[in-house]
Amino acid sequence: MDKILIANRGEIALRIIKTCKRLGISVVVVYSEADVDMPFVKEADEAFLLGPAQVQQSYLKADDIIEIAVRTGADAIHPGYGLLSENAAFARKVQEAGIRFIGPDVDTIEKMGDKIGSRGTMKAAGVPVVPGTDEGIASLEDAIQAAIEIGYPIMLKASAGGGGIGMVRCEDEQALSQHFQSIKTRAKTYFGDDVVFLEKFIANARHIEVQIFGDNFGNVVHMFERNCSVQRRNQKVIEESPSPHLTEDTRQRLYKAAVDAAKAVSYKNAGTVEFIVDENNEVYFLEMNTRLQVEHPVTEEVTGFDLVEWQIEIVKGNKLPVINQDDIKSKGHAIEFRIYAEDPIKFMPSPGTIKKLDWGDTTGIRVDHGYIEGGKVTPFYDPLISKVIVHAQTREEAIRKSVAFLSKVEIEGLKTNIPLFNKFLESEEFIAGDYLTSVLTTWSAKQKEEMTK
Amino acid sequence: MTQVKSTMAGTVFTVNVAVGEEVAVGQVIVVLESMKMEIPIEAETAGKVTAINVKVGDFVNEEDVLATVEG
Repeated sequence: MDKILIANRGEIALRIIKTCKRLGISVVVVYSEADVDMPFVKEADEAFLLGPAQVQQSYLKADDIIEIAVRTGADAIHPGYGLLSENAAFARKVQEAGIRFIGPDVDTIEKMGDKIGSRGTMKAAGVPVVPGTDEGIASLEDAIQAAIEIGYPIMLKASAGGGGIGMVRCEDEQALSQHFQSIKTRAKTYFGDDVVFLEKFIANARHIEVQIFGDNFGNVVHMFERNCSVQRRNQKVIEESPSPHLTEDTRQRLYKAAVDAAKAVSYKNAGTVEFIVDENNEVYFLEMNTRLQVEHPVTEEVTGFDLVEWQIEIVKGNKLPVINQDDIKSKGHAIEFRIYAEDPIKFMPSPGTIKKLDWGDTTGIRVDHGYIEGGKVTPFYDPLISKVIVHAQTREEAIRKSVAFLSKVEIEGLKTNIPLFNKFLESEEFIAGDYLTSVLTTWSAKQKEEMTK
Repeated sequence: MTQVKSTMAGTVFTVNVAVGEEVAVGQVIVVLESMKMEIPIEAETAGKVTAINVKVGDFVNEEDVLATVEG
């Protein structure tokens, strides 16, 4: 493989470029008018303008991207995460154009992209799923009836949803009635499909996912778990591996369920199986992400493997670089912080120009950056500026290193969530490690209350 | 007359009212999408909507007047 086109932007585009450069693969990128000065455009061997800032007119223009790949002689397209990464129609078109898609088979993307369908596939494979409806709900009346059978609170979800969009928690019939149509509308607008379904809301839960990898020879391995319970608006903010406060028995059940899930769909390439773990340590399948995750560096830090390189090897038709599960070890503890351009208290977006960006001493700290000083964080894309990944021998040491590092980072020109990390990292809730998906919302409500006093 | 202004730059996701409609304080007039988040823009005064300056898909800047309400 000599040339890869990256159909993405920001930090993930730079992350993929880094591995490609190390492997001697040249890189083509595509970009929007808003991203013309971004570092990933400058780092690539070739760069092509797609169109205006809006994603519909640039990064989602599948045909234009494929045409550029063909014209430049790219052997493969890496979709990164978000955008077209889990778009089966795009993956199919890429292959029809004689280019390799860096991801799993098209039918796997299709199957797992439909949450209702993937629930069915997992159930059939013996993987435990969250109690809920097995088919799309057509009317509010049907939704109300189904919710009574499941029991409130319930989650109303778009079958094609993702990234925290297209889901809402409903405490009662009134809330369900209020949200039913709007979730359908949002699902149609964001994902082009208005099918919705219901799942039981699992209270006092942890959000834990397992990184898996499969090849074309039937080999499937896992690369341990990541705890992604620190969230706001159903979107992850901090991820860590290993997950603190997980019993060994639960951990092994998670790994088995993840590998069973991957085998059930003959999974090839990098994937993540997301689970909810309840207060009784019951494990429930939530969804399967058929792409590289934002938080993949946490796994890279504890295993020492380059996941992008593994993806490329599999697409080249090679076996997994490590086939025996016992040869994959997890060493130490890693934590990733998503540095967002947003108000650290209200969690509202804060677009603007980064007037100053000083990471300080990055020795021993991984910063996967998307922007540099002078960069403009526009309202058109997600608010992720960069990711900070800290690895140490123990969780305590990783937290200590994180506090020391993050407290010295200087970002000016827009608001970021670094002040939130600086406080949250010293909270009893996070230090104890026994936290739930509600931790950040509850903790920040408490902070606001104290500030009001 | 009160102008309903955008609180940040973003794309108009939904327009929830029509000209001539009576609105209450706090009622969502427009929902913007900015950085993959939906931002509701609410009426600060009650009254009748006399003008709507945007449609779904429009890009607006902070402080742009989205609608006018007369109480």
